[in-house]
Amino acid sequence: MIECDIAIVGAGLAGMRAAVAIAEKNSKVSVAVIAKTYPIRCHSVCAEGGSAAVLRKEDSFELHAWDTVKGSDFLADQDAVEFFVRECPKEILRLENWGCPWSRNPDGTIAQRAFGGHSVNRTVFAADRTGFHEVHTLYERLLKYDNVEFFSEYFLTNLAIEDNRIQGLSAIELKTGNLVFFKAKAVILATGGAGRLYGFTTYSHQVTGDGMAIAYRCGVPLKDMEFMQFHPTGLVPSGILMTEACRGEGGYLRNKFGERFMQKYAPEKMELAPRDVVARAMWKEIMEGRAFEGEHGPYLALDLTHLGEEKIEEKLPMIREAAIKFLDIDPVEEPLPVKPVQHYTMGGIHTNILTETPVRGLFAAGECACVSVHGANRLGSNSTVECLVFGRVAGEMALKYVENAKDVRINSEFIKEEERRIFDRIGKGSENPHAIKKELNETMDRHLWIFRSENGLKEALRKIEELKERYKRVAIADDCRKFNVALLSTLEVGYMLDLAEVVAMGALLRTESRGAHYRVDYPERNDEKWLVHTLAYYTEEGPRFEYLPVKITKWKPVERKY
Amino acid sequence: MKFVIRRFKERSYWQTFEVPVKKGMTVLEGLFYIRENMDPSLAFRASCRMGICGSCAVKINGRPRLACETQLSKFKEVKIEPLDNYRVIRDLVTEFEGFFAKHKKVKPYLIAETDYENPIEQLQKPEELKRYYIYTLCIKCGSCLSVCPSSATLESSLGPAALVSAYRFNSDSRDKGKDERMKIVSESFGVWRCHSAMECSEVCPKKIEPAKAIQLLRREALR
Repeated sequence: MIECDIAIVGAGLAGMRAAVAIAEKNSKVSVAVIAKTYPIRCHSVCAEGGSAAVLRKEDSFELHAWDTVKGSDFLADQDAVEFFVRECPKEILRLENWGCPWSRNPDGTIAQRAFGGHSVNRTVFAADRTGFHEVHTLYERLLKYDNVEFFSEYFLTNLAIEDNRIQGLSAIELKTGNLVFFKAKAVILATGGAGRLYGFTTYSHQVTGDGMAIAYRCGVPLKDMEFMQFHPTGLVPSGILMTEACRGEGGYLRNKFGERFMQKYAPEKMELAPRDVVARAMWKEIMEGRAFEGEHGPYLALDLTHLGEEKIEEKLPMIREAAIKFLDIDPVEEPLPVKPVQHYTMGGIHTNILTETPVRGLFAAGECACVSVHGANRLGSNSTVECLVFGRVAGEMALKYVENAKDVRINSEFIKEEERRIFDRIGKGSENPHAIKKELNETMDRHLWIFRSENGLKEALRKIEELKERYKRVAIADDCRKFNVALLSTLEVGYMLDLAEVVAMGALLRTESRGAHYRVDYPERNDEKWLVHTLAYYTEEGPRFEYLPVKITKWKPVERKY
Repeated sequence: MKFVIRRFKERSYWQTFEVPVKKGMTVLEGLFYIRENMDPSLAFRASCRMGICGSCAVKINGRPRLACETQLSKFKEVKIEPLDNYRVIRDLVTEFEGFFAKHKKVKPYLIAETDYENPIEQLQKPEELKRYYIYTLCIKCGSCLSVCPSSATLESSLGPAALVSAYRFNSDSRDKGKDERMKIVSESFGVWRCHSAMECSEVCPKKIEPAKAIQLLRREALR
């Protein structure tokens, strides 16, 4: 048993920012940062384009908030958005003070670029490796503090909760295969999104929604899970992200006739309309036969050739490197083959504006959480900075909580039961977990994609039920405990099936189109009925749904045009 | 295509898999194919699959590379082994705690007076940024250390990646910690331990040239 005051699960941007927040305020409180990878292997390193913040006189908090609310298709909670935009600049400057190599203007000030849905150049960036540099800056900063300890390559299996109060958690230490219990007065979940539910996705392999699923199983509701973001430009066929900054820096999208088709869909913002709008336009081009046909199916062209080598090398070096390494195409010379790709999970663990979940002592921040500042569609460059802002809040809230918290205990029943649950199945079963995952991915890619329909969603639910049935007979075909990847993949698939069910059922119930959730059978937004957040609670028979009104402060919903 | 893999579970052994290969397929995709269809116990690390997280460095046909960005079309068959100079935990997974401890030793963070509650924007000209930027690109994949002869023979040797980090912060116009760091890297396990084999620069997937950073640190140490 490992004892700590605060356990943070997940060592990406949100988790590490929370750890810094605690250590900066208190050098005595012990913090364990527990993650399934080493901190700098987290998915946050894949964030490319930048982080939004109001830094200059031409911009205002009011405008950043309005852009975010409009981008969210009015599903964001406006009090949360107003708080969020005011905190963003401080986070950018803190990272600057800790060494983040932000790209600069000639006078030495922090540079900003254009991004989709933002009215002004608001996106702070470090070339096209923003997340990578933010993560490394936070990780290296954390090495200064003596009260923060890393437990890398520990895989979360469960939360210990008694009388609606957190007591700690259990995790598998991958190196030894031992199940380790952490006694903690407070736990912060910062475990990332659920992108690997999909096959064609920008996500790293390990982003399987573990934290969301475990919280859900423990009775914490998941909010707005039907809202999945599709990024317009995933490289075909790998799904590797070609940052929105490609268009922010002036790149075009073209169909097979060479047309900049966004003219038809968003004449004002063109390629820099929000992601839901651009992704739908692209899918429409594809469905109506105006896409290129390649050996991996249809694609559209991301044309950067007019930007010139110097600009691409300075502003988009990693994109160029990836395109050359993976496709042997140099974007300086030739357009890149792209199509919309699953990219972000707007929904997540239900929290309030202070990152508190309904369980005392349990907090959540970053992509695994849903405050909500993104509503039905997140604006590009609002996610990395959300991790920073709400990571800090979670750290400070957890600190405040443990300063007055009673001692906790993990009861022996929990330990025994967890060991039985994890290890008893090893060596048994007949179903290949990877086959289940593959079929789940295909189902999500087909029926929970950009355009959704009642029939498709019902078919998806039928399939998910079938997979859940088969999962009961899943095989863990490796009896060696050390770095048992078979066990790991199996647990992950189980989490994903739970989440997929919530996503699909939430999408079936929401009979309207809002932001990234588009129903072909209900193509209009319906504020009368659906200006509400979806809350899904776990039950043995499947998710139970409740709805929560959206908080409106200043901006009444209006028609959303770009 | 033939995948010949160095396995380790209690003892080490070679195992061969025949993997169906498609155009554009990478070594990492081949490894996943084996895990998903042939042997679910095959242990390797992988995450971002786009060359930025540093998880999947392994020895491929004798040379450390990131499995995710290595195209199979380069080879007739592939021989995959864990990185040298690290203890093997299982199959291709090696012990990395020591590598990260070396990095921590050089105080790889900006040392400067800052105000946490009220941060202010410090200026840095693009040319000042350029002086150290290339050295910020280290993804800590550990390839450099796996080919470093001085790290192979002395456990306490800092090795290339840690020294790159030291140089990166030393050359940042905002940093005030150079003296502290130079004391550490000038010790016997630091820059003077380097045999100048230059292998680190040869294998670095981000083309950072750790050997050059070490030379520059040496110059500074002699001042």
